[in-house]
Amino acid sequence: MKIAVCVKQVPDSWAEKKMVNGLLDRDGVDAVLNDLDEYAVEEALRILEAHGEGHSITLISMGPERTTEAVRKALSMGADDAIVVTDPALVGADALTTSQVLATVISEGKFDLVLCGTESTDARMSVVPAMLAQRLGWAQLTFAGSVVVDPTSSSVTITRVTEAGVDTMKAQFPAVISVIEKINEPRYPSFKGIMAAKKKTIEVRTLALLGVSATQSWSAVKDALPRPAKLAGIKVLDEGKGGAELVNFLAEKKLI
Amino acid sequence: MSEIFVLAEFSDNKISKTTAELATCAARAGTVTVIVLAAPSAGAAMASQVVVGPIASVLIVESDSFARFGVPAAADAISQLVATKKPVAILIASSAFGKEVAGRVAVATESGLITDAVDVAADLTATQLVFGGSTTVHSQVTHGTPIITVRPNSVNADLSPCTPAVSNAEFVLSESAQRAEIISSAPFVKGGRPELTEAQIVVSGGRGTNGDFAPVETFADLLGAAVGASRAATDAGWYPHSHQVGQTGKTVSPQLYVACGISGAIQHRAGMQTSKMIVVINKDPEAPIFEIADFGVVGDLFAVLPQASEGVRASKS
Ligand SMILES: Cc1cc2nc3c(=O)[nH]c(=O)nc-3n(C[C@H](O)[C@H](O)[C@H](O)COP(=O)(O)OP(=O)(O)OC[C@H]3O[C@@H](n4cnc5c(N)ncnc54)[C@H](O)[C@@H]3O)c2cc1C
Ligand SMILES: Nc1ncnc2c1ncn2[C@@H]1O[C@H](COP(=O)(O)O)[C@@H](O)[C@H]1O
Repeated sequence: MKIAVCVKQVPDSWAEKKMVNGLLDRDGVDAVLNDLDEYAVEEALRILEAHGEGHSITLISMGPERTTEAVRKALSMGADDAIVVTDPALVGADALTTSQVLATVISEGKFDLVLCGTESTDARMSVVPAMLAQRLGWAQLTFAGSVVVDPTSSSVTITRVTEAGVDTMKAQFPAVISVIEKINEPRYPSFKGIMAAKKKTIEVRTLALLGVSATQSWSAVKDALPRPAKLAGIKVLDEGKGGAELVNFLAEKKLI
Repeated sequence: MSEIFVLAEFSDNKISKTTAELATCAARAGTVTVIVLAAPSAGAAMASQVVVGPIASVLIVESDSFARFGVPAAADAISQLVATKKPVAILIASSAFGKEVAGRVAVATESGLITDAVDVAADLTATQLVFGGSTTVHSQVTHGTPIITVRPNSVNADLSPCTPAVSNAEFVLSESAQRAEIISSAPFVKGGRPELTEAQIVVSGGRGTNGDFAPVETFADLLGAAVGASRAATDAGWYPHSHQVGQTGKTVSPQLYVACGISGAIQHRAGMQTSKMIVVINKDPEAPIFEIADFGVVGDLFAVLPQASEGVRASKS
């Protein structure tokens, strides 16, 4: 079984973020592995551990050069190798371009399964996995709360958990799977894992190497304006009247 | 005026208010056609519920594939309608389902996509609130048929009555849409309370409830509110996952959000920070949730909430 996991480097969730020229300023903030993608890496490791030797996990990531830092973290969890696509033409790429680039890398790799997180914490679109399935013509098994793989019949069954309810879905390989954060508890990289990750191969590719031409622009930001900072709110200490004060506030604001 | 599509939203076989909200935005840019995706022979009953909003017509697509294959089948139907009818844009609700359908339609029709808009103007400029609501972004699709997903509860719906013309359409299901099959389906049962994403008021409980949501629910019911929960509360099994608010739960933006025993982690804020008014009850004066509160009570929720409920009861009588 060959598994690919799509991982993204994102600005730290806690960092102050701002827009410069219609794009997220990525230079000014600490960058980390998208935490929702750790669940995908963990699930891939569990699938392989359940089915013995002879399988591999390749990480695929598109992003600026320092994306290799986040990829190292996922390698130290136990993935085997990585392919990083980085190119000046990709600065500000949106989900359509991202999915096109990732799909190109995936289609060259003869993978059985591709695992993703459900959302990148910066873009927050939750669309790349569905777009990958559409582009590749593969089965779409997204928002998985559990994944059961049967390598002998080349099939995979998931429970899809969304705001609407829980579905059980089944497909043959190849499939694109995205996993929700309830599915597992990602492992911390061990010291051995961190040392081993230093020797693992990260293949860096440019668009030219991939054979993908300069990217189309799909949408454009007209402006990005900071919203007026919220006025400091009222804070009261409950000395026996906190609930009543709360109700007075709501009544004043005509909310009750 | 040219035609613009809206994908109708149903839950529990009932049309949701979101459909009229989408139509309200869409009507600024074109004549609205609402698309109803239905099981065989269920379309007419669903279409008959399209009675409010600036809607000129309803297009029913019936197929058993929507229940069998989900997102890819819905995306196939819409992509083909976009190709034949050439609408000026298509508006879809920002749910997990809606966003995935939008993503596949964008790829299939080679069109730009904007998700999580909170408003759409007549020239199809979409407004988004990013970085926890600290920045307003205006953007436009520059290629293909603009596909825009809009967050529920963000626009004031025009609820004037309508009598749309109803017609039917067909589509061809692609082979790749059949690659993953839904073998069983368990929709979440809805209680008597309003839908989280549509509610005007949301009262949420966190780890501070220590598993006892009774005071939270009592207060919510007095205000006609939906009940939300932090991840700490859903992970502990105190409240169903479908009620989780936050990054990996639902995004809500009600008129009033009441956070009880919730610390205000960045992932929780991601799902509620754009609420118009935020009220907090937390016994730790240093809890980060106070930073975004319009009104905060430093105190024990088990004392403050019952007193507040009593106050609301008194004000009603
Ligand atoms: C990938 C990822 C995704 C996540 N997604 C989400 C998400 O979607 N939604 C979400 O909510 N979280 C999410 N989280 C978790 C988030 O980081 C926090 O752990 C979580 O929000 C904490 O919940 P809490 O505020 O209820 O609990 P805590 O942080 O433990 O806070 C409890 C609060 O209750 C107060 N308290 C205790 N007792 C009382 C009392 N009697 N009266 C009044 N106050 C009291 C305490 O002072 C404290 O501030 C995510 C985390 C990760 C890593
Ligand atoms: N630039 C990227 N490189 C690799 N994987 C990505 C990238 N962008 C998105 N993904 C994957 O797609 C998932 C959903 O992302 P999004 O649609 O951007 O919210 C993420 O959790 C990743 O698994």
